[in-house]
Amino acid sequence: MKAAKDLLICNARLVDPEAGNVRMGALRISGGVISACHDTPWPDVGDADTMDARGKCLAPGIVDIGVKVGEPGERHKESYRTAGAAAAAGGITTIVTRADTEPCIDTPEALEFIRRRASADALVNVSHMAALTKGRQGREMTEIGFLRDAGAVAFSDHDRVHRDAKTLGRAMTYAAGLGALIITHPQEPTLSDGACTTSGKFASLRGLSSVSPMAERMGLDRDLALAEITGVALHADQITTARALPALQRAKDAGLNVTAGISIHHLTLNELDVADYRTFFKLTPPLRSEEDRQAMIEAVRSGLIDLISTIHTPQDEELKRLPFEVAASGAVGLETALPVLLRLYHADTLDLPTLFKALSLNPARRLGLDCGRLAPGGPADLVLFDPDKPIILDRFKLQSKSKNTPFDNARLQGKVLATFVAGQKVYSA
Amino acid sequence: MRFDQRHLLGIEPLRPDEITTLLDLSDRYVTLNKRRDKHASVLSGLTQINMFFENSTRTQASFEIAGKRLGADVMNMAMQASSIKKGETLIDTALTLNAMHPDLLVVRHPQSGAVDLLAQKVNCAVINAGDGRHEHPTQALLDALTIRRAKGRLHRLKIAICGDIAHSRVARSNILLLGKMENRVRLIGPPTLMPSQIADFGVEVFHDMEQGLRDADVVMMLRLQRERMDGGFIPSEREYFHRYGLNAKKLALAHPDAIVMHPGPMNRGVEIDGTLADDINRSVIQEQVEMGVAVRMAAMDILARNLRASPKEVMV
Repeated sequence: MKAAKDLLICNARLVDPEAGNVRMGALRISGGVISACHDTPWPDVGDADTMDARGKCLAPGIVDIGVKVGEPGERHKESYRTAGAAAAAGGITTIVTRADTEPCIDTPEALEFIRRRASADALVNVSHMAALTKGRQGREMTEIGFLRDAGAVAFSDHDRVHRDAKTLGRAMTYAAGLGALIITHPQEPTLSDGACTTSGKFASLRGLSSVSPMAERMGLDRDLALAEITGVALHADQITTARALPALQRAKDAGLNVTAGISIHHLTLNELDVADYRTFFKLTPPLRSEEDRQAMIEAVRSGLIDLISTIHTPQDEELKRLPFEVAASGAVGLETALPVLLRLYHADTLDLPTLFKALSLNPARRLGLDCGRLAPGGPADLVLFDPDKPIILDRFKLQSKSKNTPFDNARLQGKVLATFVAGQKVYSA
Repeated sequence: MRFDQRHLLGIEPLRPDEITTLLDLSDRYVTLNKRRDKHASVLSGLTQINMFFENSTRTQASFEIAGKRLGADVMNMAMQASSIKKGETLIDTALTLNAMHPDLLVVRHPQSGAVDLLAQKVNCAVINAGDGRHEHPTQALLDALTIRRAKGRLHRLKIAICGDIAHSRVARSNILLLGKMENRVRLIGPPTLMPSQIADFGVEVFHDMEQGLRDADVVMMLRLQRERMDGGFIPSEREYFHRYGLNAKKLALAHPDAIVMHPGPMNRGVEIDGTLADDINRSVIQEQVEMGVAVRMAAMDILARNLRASPKEVMV
């Protein structure tokens, strides 16, 4: 069989998070791998197919840690097929799925099952997280070794926060011995249980149960202290409040193996967006004040917050059409991530290399993946997008089975034109 | 006279002139209610459904009497006993009721925002009879009417609201209404019973009751909402009564003509001294109940006028 021809993507604005710049150039793909990165927009073609990017942006594909796919248990909310299609449409080339399914992914057998489902159906690369404790109950650790051998890239009980520091500490100690990554959701659970807004004037006006932003700092303080004792590699899934940042900075300065993320929604929305009890804006953790949002943008800019995730959480209409306090939490984000985050680019608060460092390079590095870069040798996982194209988001046109985005009807700027996974075009607008 | 609302979901969306309009109309119904023949016909032909998802005696009775005196066909639905138990969602319940073509829907619900949600799904006028810890607009309006009739005005008064502010929808609606009408609102209570950042609402906060009561024109006591507390807000009821219960001695610090109010039901000996509550020279608690009927008549009257003025929409 004859090997596939090379593909040369010419005349592109290359967004290079590693070099920290945007430059005109071209990219050659051979056998699913980036084989050359040219600094001229029209290099010698040689024996290759060409594609004219028409001066649009070409960036390493997004690596999204923390995507909820409803398999097993809630396939009516999202399947591997629809999640893959949504990711491809959003320029996301690797999704890292959460273990908070029904039942949760806490055995190698369950992991085998979803790996099969993912490889059969998903258009993009899929990696999986596994639960840290059995049944996510916070009592006994899962078979971390077996799960890792079966392909789990990280271990987390997600939004079910560990109440018992001793159990968490032991799991961390064990994981550290294996070099496994643990992801925690930093909250003080006795404060955050049952809360659906951030305490403050808005929560008081609406009469909603609320949690102090301090609960995040308390949770982070504990998790960092345990990471310090155990030496585990720790990632805090969502740091959303300014008060938590000094602790994170101290831990990084002290050389702990610690990273932190934030969701696209906490960077672009604040607590007032809930307005008249709009349940599509109910998230975990709840949306924060505008001051916190600004502080988080600055933390992404400075690199203190390492990566941005969608925390894609599909929910069906029924679970959202309830009074705010009892409605389901979470929002879909795979397809909206890029146009929504480009708001920050258009507002001149984050430049493109910084965005893609947080979206592609850093998450790939954290998981030890080779993607996330434009350098030769890496897999040709790429997104071609027009950062200026105006769009009006229509939630019913999303590929996700669930349509619970807070950005319905939003005027956004930025459109994914094509997505490549291992050199194959999996999406084109 | 203008009232540009389709529903009465809270005080927050109301303009001061709309509040005055409602209170002026209420005054006329107070007069009607004092007559032997209390019937009017402004709601005749209209159907009023009272949906109470939470126990209520006085508010439900007040709405029922108000509707009947104005000639509406009134139906009470005790929602705890019905389909909710069978797992029907709030929206399905609303759509079911909507199909019966009610004109006025009076709703009380234990969750904040539930009445707003329901109002989006029906095409009749909705009155919020209390939702969670959010708002209870007719209570605030009846309190305002009581104050206006006792004091002769509803502005530039010093009004002390005392007790469990955090769990109280009555307090929220009153703070909003009295603020809109340009009064000085003071909140008195232990810090554990104050909502977060409440000072941003343009109120003064006192943790010492004696300081807070000084020269007050109106003293509004709130019920300690023991059923909404999940433990540990106050050390004991006797310490609470000692520090925040209203008695004659503390009331003496207020303005000599100060009136005492309470939205009921009272916990005698917990937030208010029993003899003080019964003192007809100071307490207007019975008047509040009387004003309640008039205010609810006015609210339903005015919403019904808007309803009749607009063509009936077709539900999508």
